[in-house]
Amino acid sequence: MPPFTSLSSRTVVLPATNIDTDQIIPARFLTTTTREGLGAHLFADWRYDERGAPRPDFVLNRPASAGCRILVAGRNFGCGSSREHAPWALLDYGFRAVVSTGIADIFRNNSLKNGLLPVIVEEPTSEWLLAHPGAELTLDLATATLALPDGTRVPFPIEAFAQHCLLNGIDELGYLLARTPEIEAFERRA
Amino acid sequence: MPGTPRTLFEKVWQRHEVAAESASTPAVLYIDLHLIHEVTSPQAFALLRERGLPVRRPELTLATMDHSTPTRTEQIFGGAPIAIESAARQIRELEMNCAQFGVELLGLQSEQRGIVHVIGPDLGITQPGKTIVCGDSHTSTHGAVGALAFGIGTTEVAHVLATQCLLQRKPRTLAVEVQGSLHGGVTAKDLILAIIGRLGVGGGTGHVIEYRGSTVRGLDMDERMTVCNMSIEAGARAGMIAPDETTFAYLGGRPRAPHGAEWERAVSEWRELPGDPGARFDRELCLDASAIEPMITWGTNPGMVVPVTGSIPRAGSDAVLARALDYMGLEGGAPIKDQPVNVVFLGSCTNARISDLRSAAGVLRGRHIARGLTMLVVPGSQQIKRQAEAEGLDRVFRDAGAEWRESGCSMCLGMNGDTVARGEYAVSTSNRNFEGRQGAGARTLLASPLTAAASAVRGRVTDPRELI
Repeated sequence: MPPFTSLSSRTVVLPATNIDTDQIIPARFLTTTTREGLGAHLFADWRYDERGAPRPDFVLNRPASAGCRILVAGRNFGCGSSREHAPWALLDYGFRAVVSTGIADIFRNNSLKNGLLPVIVEEPTSEWLLAHPGAELTLDLATATLALPDGTRVPFPIEAFAQHCLLNGIDELGYLLARTPEIEAFERRA
Repeated sequence: MPGTPRTLFEKVWQRHEVAAESASTPAVLYIDLHLIHEVTSPQAFALLRERGLPVRRPELTLATMDHSTPTRTEQIFGGAPIAIESAARQIRELEMNCAQFGVELLGLQSEQRGIVHVIGPDLGITQPGKTIVCGDSHTSTHGAVGALAFGIGTTEVAHVLATQCLLQRKPRTLAVEVQGSLHGGVTAKDLILAIIGRLGVGGGTGHVIEYRGSTVRGLDMDERMTVCNMSIEAGARAGMIAPDETTFAYLGGRPRAPHGAEWERAVSEWRELPGDPGARFDRELCLDASAIEPMITWGTNPGMVVPVTGSIPRAGSDAVLARALDYMGLEGGAPIKDQPVNVVFLGSCTNARISDLRSAAGVLRGRHIARGLTMLVVPGSQQIKRQAEAEGLDRVFRDAGAEWRESGCSMCLGMNGDTVARGEYAVSTSNRNFEGRQGAGARTLLASPLTAAASAVRGRVTDPRELI
């Protein structure tokens, strides 16, 4: 996993609430056995019409969205299925962070394990972000703050362990494997 | 030992803490049963291969195939090729991974194959007090027996394969207390849809739900599984019900449940699991069962739900409702009843157990589905399929004009080619009505097997109480 330290980018805004993982990556694209290439299908049914042509009114198809690495979305982003293909698709497309007032539990866990930063903000910050698509933000993970274009810094919550792993690009499997003696002791007790 | 009274969840959690959480580290939680399937496991096995790691406890891991697996008999038993080549590749890859890593696979032609959340309880391997995970969000189903069961991502699947453990933050607890009797024609599906309607699709985020109260105690195991299954649709990763005599009677004698003296010992341990008197929950929600009617969704998430006798909400200035109505092609203010239906799907880990098939067959017996309507019946497991056939239920469905298929997830998520066409309306007994869930442009109305069967007969959304 590549380390995540800080990120400055303009935002793409999807104001819908409860954006579920079936929208992020529809199930018909899950008959794959690798993690790569899913960005092509990100938000497939919103991005393309039934003939496969890009829908010009969808935000990711607008020229201004090119190169944006922060996605701002309505409340309860990533609800539904446990498919890790959802953060894989967002990362493969080029996103490195998702900002919302609420992010679903499994999606959030999956994101942290892949270097996609889930950023939870309070309602007033979210309202401002939703109303200002394309705003240039800086996310600093070491201080767990989001800097607005006027320099205002907004803190966001992140567990110390996840922060440590992301900052150093450490994956959790190594940490778990290092606990093998405790796991063995538990198995002997059980 | 005197101490703080603990909930069912806290008891199961504490028994599985290899290491408790601290301010700087999550808990290391031991997993008793890891279920895997073809869609969310290939990248996990690839990770093990990259690192040169074995599966730590293959005997605690059980694989089956259900998600992208065909339901057409000729593709499973008849030698016909699996229609979707990438799905066939996933199936072959699971076979290869299980063989290489020594994991038991209930494969394509196994008599015990089925939807992963149906076969666990069916086989009796889903047991009270266990921690159970699977790379699928409806793993919450297994909580019906008093297990702590939740869905995980593929990286976590690799963690469990390699270490039999997960790193977890302890969730909060939410008690959903339901008292009173459900009226005739009102099922467990209607109960959970009503609960999701109250909580909203994000209302349970960060929580484990425990369903309690006289109504829940009165549910049979199939009904309890339907309730726990949809916990995730309220955002809760897990739903649990305390084990009781109903649980023990269900599990006793199942092939992978303990037997003999082991059984006696297990049951006496399971009796200790229900929450202590006075145990506190972080939140509580109370419902009156007698106020619940048959429920049906009208929108694009499971919280957008009304009684079948009710009206579709008006959007007003609400952009979310307006978008949902637009996608669904429905008019705010109109009754949901009599909305024309093109497809009825009876299946999924929510409602494809034997009692679901019996209740739908009860409506369809001696009747025929409406002209032009398609109905797909997909049993939850091959064992349930055989049982239904022994009871003659397959004949009832076929005589009514429905298709009778091999088990699998099928049209719930449309990965295997069983899809609803763009713009068509499907009344489905499954769990998600998201945009495109059952096929690009498909419009899903979630309901009980009774409501689905009644709607199939009329070709319109129907209150099942008119036909039973």
